[in-house]
Amino acid sequence: MFNPIVEYEIKPRHPLNPGFSELWQNRELLYMFALRDIKVKYKQTYLGIAWALLQPGLMTLLFTLGLGRIINVSTCNGLNYPAFALSGFVLWNLFATGLSNAGNSMVSNAAIIKKIYFPRLVIPVSSFLVAFVDFTIALCIMLPVMLFLGNGPVLAAWLYMPLSILLCFLAAFGLGTFLSAANIKYRDVRYVLPFITQALFFASPVIYPLNLNPQAWYTILIRCNPMYAPLELFRAAFGYNINAMHLWPSIACSLFFVAYGLYYFKKTEHFFADLA
Amino acid sequence: MSKPILEIQHIGKKYRIQQSRQPYISLRDSIGQWFKPKSQSQDFWALNDVSFTVNAGDTIGIIGKNGAGKSTLLKILSRITPPTTGKVISRGRIASLLEVGTGFHPELSGRENVFMNGSILGMRRGEIKTHFDAIVDFAGVAQFIDTPLKHYSSGMQLRLAFAVAAFLQNEILIIDEVLAVGDAEFQKKCLGKMDEVSKSGRTVLFVSHNMASVKSLCKKGLVLVNGKIEFQGTQTNSIIFYQNNYNTANVFNHNGTIETAPGNSNIRVLSFKVLPKNDDVIQISSGILFELVFFNYKKNINLDVTFELSNSDEITGIFPENLLNAGIYKFKLIFGENQRDVLYIHNDVIQFEVLNETLGSNSNILPGIIRPQLIYTSNFID
Repeated sequence: MFNPIVEYEIKPRHPLNPGFSELWQNRELLYMFALRDIKVKYKQTYLGIAWALLQPGLMTLLFTLGLGRIINVSTCNGLNYPAFALSGFVLWNLFATGLSNAGNSMVSNAAIIKKIYFPRLVIPVSSFLVAFVDFTIALCIMLPVMLFLGNGPVLAAWLYMPLSILLCFLAAFGLGTFLSAANIKYRDVRYVLPFITQALFFASPVIYPLNLNPQAWYTILIRCNPMYAPLELFRAAFGYNINAMHLWPSIACSLFFVAYGLYYFKKTEHFFADLA
Repeated sequence: MSKPILEIQHIGKKYRIQQSRQPYISLRDSIGQWFKPKSQSQDFWALNDVSFTVNAGDTIGIIGKNGAGKSTLLKILSRITPPTTGKVISRGRIASLLEVGTGFHPELSGRENVFMNGSILGMRRGEIKTHFDAIVDFAGVAQFIDTPLKHYSSGMQLRLAFAVAAFLQNEILIIDEVLAVGDAEFQKKCLGKMDEVSKSGRTVLFVSHNMASVKSLCKKGLVLVNGKIEFQGTQTNSIIFYQNNYNTANVFNHNGTIETAPGNSNIRVLSFKVLPKNDDVIQISSGILFELVFFNYKKNINLDVTFELSNSDEITGIFPENLLNAGIYKFKLIFGENQRDVLYIHNDVIQFEVLNETLGSNSNILPGIIRPQLIYTSNFID
């Protein structure tokens, strides 16, 4: 009945191993954490999981009626404005919810961290999964709406869409792991997080296309935004015109954040129980 | 089997204590620190060079005062916090029960919580499914298993939590005073389960302040004092060592000349001991023996020596088996002459603890100071 005996050591550790294999061994726990958060999230709400679509839907309506008329953009690089805004909001919500969940996840699970051992990475990753479930539901309803708006998915969507979701995950994961670990030590993170999200929102092509002047000094900075590439790719799945060369800074930046976030998380995780 | 299941080698854990420091810090504090001299921090070794080995099937009780390092040791063994120095070699899956019901969520149903808690404790879904009915049955909440946990009574929550833990299949169990849950009947069930676990050849490390439960569950003992192991041996010897040296000073011995011993120009108290009469440790049924050695300056007088014993009230006497209830008692010695004149009063000369023993299914300490076993007869009158 017992598992084969595994010999292991408990001693002062160093943040060299990212711990993906341990994470994989604990995939059931990952699933349980995500399941718990999903179930709890919509307990005692009347509309339940419908909120997953209502949030981006209402935002789109708001911006189409408001901003869409004011700046008078009828088409943005091949998408009409409601389609542009809806696709932007749906993916942005995945990022923003994932980031905010992950950033606060370690602190909100402090009671468990202090009492039991499991790979700590389970917590921020599972909190992103919660956002992903919302996103999947929103996406299922978004597709017919996009068709109705005249911007159905193109053939290459099979490539663009998973890629954009993966990049969005990496963007949220890198920043999220870093912030969740920093949050244990500095509770300031809780207050900084909404600000970071808002700042990134305005620096990302969510509600307006960033028709960047290639000569401007800030162009490269905007293209380093980890959410730039996922948003562009996501819309490319619906016929949006993109220039692949412009995506690389964003992807590179995202990968850097993942590496640093993971390193910082691993470096500090052993002391979570002492600090939380 | 030849290798020990757990080898603890020179474990040390250092904490840095800082004056007027919050448990968590803000960025402002952190920046402020740059401009201050670093002399504020002070090192504190919660554990210092602790080494011992545990063989498969051992049941070890870890005894020590609050702050002796027991919890830190358990935290290191359960991998919650890493040691500062030394290492632990483990050859089995460790399950730690530092509290029951870790990860329980009030909004989820009992069923969902069993799966959640089981997963956190390291059980596979398959394992939980296999034992699910037994868990629910053990907790006695079958009727409410699909009700959200927030509608459970606190007793039901605790029972469900313990039930999940009771079905862990890990080779090594680390338990921190989780037994004190539920009503008397459930406590008995828990103790029975714990006994079953330790007899099934699994390794148990048990931490408790409750000597009686350590005594009934563990074969070996380990006494921690200020982060160091002061004694290792059988469970009984460990408890004796602890009672004699640290728990309560039930032995007073004066080292030095008669003149420096406590007392006055009439009486000098040289030594005073409280010992169990029939048993190894002082408990309700052991009987209590007093031994007093003193020097009397006044020769040829009619000397009386009185004990005044107090915990909350005061009673006087010498105590046979089954008289004093469990608890901590303090002694006051009164020396008098001719039942009238007081020669010397010594307050709180020693204190001792009477260990609790379970009576039937009730393991709680009963109220009152005396706990005699009286023989009752009852007649029914129409």
